[in-house]
Amino acid sequence: MDSGYKALDYLKLDELLTEDERMVRDLVREWVDREVIPIIGKAADEGKFPFHFIRQMAELGLYGPTLPERYGGAGLSEIAYGLIMQELERGDTGIRSFASVQSGLVMFPIFRYGTEEQRQKYLPKLASAELIGCFGLTEPNYGSDPGSMITIATKDGTGYRLNGAKMWITNGTVADLAVVWAKLDGVVRGFVVEKGLQGFSAPETKMKWSLRASVTSELVFDDVKLSADALLPEAKGLPGPLSCLTQARYGIAWGTIGAAMACFDEALSYAKQRVQFSKPIASFQLVQNKLVEMASEITKAQLLNYRLGQLKQAGKMTHQMVSLAKRNGCEQALKIARMSRDILGAAGITYEFQSGRHMVNLESVITYEGTHDIHTLAIGADLTGIEAYR
Amino acid sequence: MNIAVLVKLVPDTEATIKIDADRRKIAAGEINFVLNPYDEFAVEEGLRQKEKAGGQVTVISLGGDEAAKALRNALAIGADEAIQVKSNGGLDMLGIAKALADAIRGRGFDLILAGKQAVDDDCGAVGAMVAEFLDIPHVSIVTKLDIEGDKLTATREIEGGVEVFEANLPALITAQKGLNEPRYASLKGIMASKKKVIEEVAATISTPKVEVITLTYPPQRPPGRIVGQGVDAVPELVRLLREEAKVL
Ligand SMILES: Cc1cc2nc3c(=O)[nH]c(=O)nc-3n(C[C@H](O)[C@H](O)[C@H](O)COP(=O)(O)OP(=O)(O)OC[C@H]3O[C@@H](n4cnc5c(N)ncnc54)[C@H](O)[C@@H]3O)c2cc1C
Repeated sequence: MDSGYKALDYLKLDELLTEDERMVRDLVREWVDREVIPIIGKAADEGKFPFHFIRQMAELGLYGPTLPERYGGAGLSEIAYGLIMQELERGDTGIRSFASVQSGLVMFPIFRYGTEEQRQKYLPKLASAELIGCFGLTEPNYGSDPGSMITIATKDGTGYRLNGAKMWITNGTVADLAVVWAKLDGVVRGFVVEKGLQGFSAPETKMKWSLRASVTSELVFDDVKLSADALLPEAKGLPGPLSCLTQARYGIAWGTIGAAMACFDEALSYAKQRVQFSKPIASFQLVQNKLVEMASEITKAQLLNYRLGQLKQAGKMTHQMVSLAKRNGCEQALKIARMSRDILGAAGITYEFQSGRHMVNLESVITYEGTHDIHTLAIGADLTGIEAYR
Repeated sequence: MNIAVLVKLVPDTEATIKIDADRRKIAAGEINFVLNPYDEFAVEEGLRQKEKAGGQVTVISLGGDEAAKALRNALAIGADEAIQVKSNGGLDMLGIAKALADAIRGRGFDLILAGKQAVDDDCGAVGAMVAEFLDIPHVSIVTKLDIEGDKLTATREIEGGVEVFEANLPALITAQKGLNEPRYASLKGIMASKKKVIEEVAATISTPKVEVITLTYPPQRPPGRIVGQGVDAVPELVRLLREEAKVL
């Protein structure tokens, strides 16, 4: 029942959590222990997303949990939401990505920028996973620079026509609806595009060596006819999609540390058991140095995330603060995964262990939702007042 | 159907247990506590019987803060009400059973469920004794439960076969693994459990008839060793079992 996972909590952050936050964290941790850990290595090896997780996560209530109850949410605190993401990514980045997209990139924009009808129509069904969503911003030729996108919506009677393509879209092929960002009269606007519309296709991207237990796709719009109520009326311009990314990046900051915690736990227990030169490798100074580096960075990031959660709850979090936490989380988690992989020796290259899988997954996470360097420049611009990225 | 489920919080089976300085109890300290796994089967069975026949599920736990935590966990899974039988310890199994029976008596429960044992002290005595105090039928270590009207049929596994009992309600059943597949709590359940008030009643005090004299650790075992992964490791494992451990 228990995978034997011991979460690092060096500075007793547990004491700062409320009882609900701990219960939420423990619930997701237990689910990951029982359901995810035993099968995720095989799923990654086979390159398959475990579809039965979708319904199970809905039953736990993991989609849109911070939304009000009338839209299918549970009214959770931001820290509880962060802890959910931390625990999911402790299992696998692909599982966390699924939940991040559904909550932060699909339910959030519909809640924030949609009409009351759109909220009623979609949110409860997204919460229960009767509907799966995806978020289309990145294009083949516009990644870090989404403002230059060429996907275009044109007025057509009372509705619109949509032309263009999106790329690297998580959940695209399996989604029932896509929140698609396109230019209408030169301004970036959001549209809800339902599966099955004439001219809309979503082929899957194959040959991936990262996020193998996650569906990534292209979205192609060939003169897709949209009705007037497909438009999310309240989002006008690039801040619309960027605000969604701020939500999802907040979850990534927590999630990456979950992956790092999994790697640390694995490296620590392996190092104590693996004997070379007649001693456990944990008794060598170089190995201890690695374990200490890992534990230090995890602890710092945990404190950072906790504070970020408080600020988000109080409505004082800026997108640059999220950039800082996302950037730091990805960089440190990736380093930690590599160190753990190294401590595991040859065993670390197999799916029998988690660290190698986390390591290659984190190569996606350090790129998506803003690359490491783009976040550097976003924080740089905030500090200096000078934009260096254009 | 009016259902009661007796629950207890126990140390996580993965936890490293430390004995307290007085050597009579385990040190509370760092360990993670969870709902007793057999009680999870009992809670699940209570919820399933309620879903079939209507009614409500009341969870009951004896103790201090840890009992309240057990109750909140059970409320988050879906129990309707909770009663904490407040006690600061000092009771033996008989005293615990008596206090629980006193708290239960007169509340009109048709079915009382409990885990077959708590995995911390492994006594497995409380369920049966509560039934005796209440003077109601009791079937222990049950793997299948059917209720028709005011009659229950309970199946228990015995050496080499199964035993089937019939009893009239009210009755007490203790749950064994296999009775059902417990559900997870949900975020909504956790948030809803916060709004529920846990009823508190004082435990009946009694003088213990047995006493823990001392606790000791099991003998130390040398740490295990990983010799390799998968099929490739088998020859080396066989060699070590033969040459080092000399068990083959
Ligand atoms: C697994 C996966 C899932 C994804 N899911 C989604 C999704 O669901 N929805 C979605 O819309 N997108 C998604 N993406 C896309 C992701 O957000 C983009 O890949 C990311 O924004 C980077 O864009 P790009 O790949 O085009 O890289 P580019 O923008 O081409 O960047 C290439 C390199 O150039 C650097 N660079 C670019 N501009 C500058 C600059 N001004 N100064 C310095 N360096 C610069 C970058 O830092 C990077 O190192 C996903 C990607 C992956 C890998």
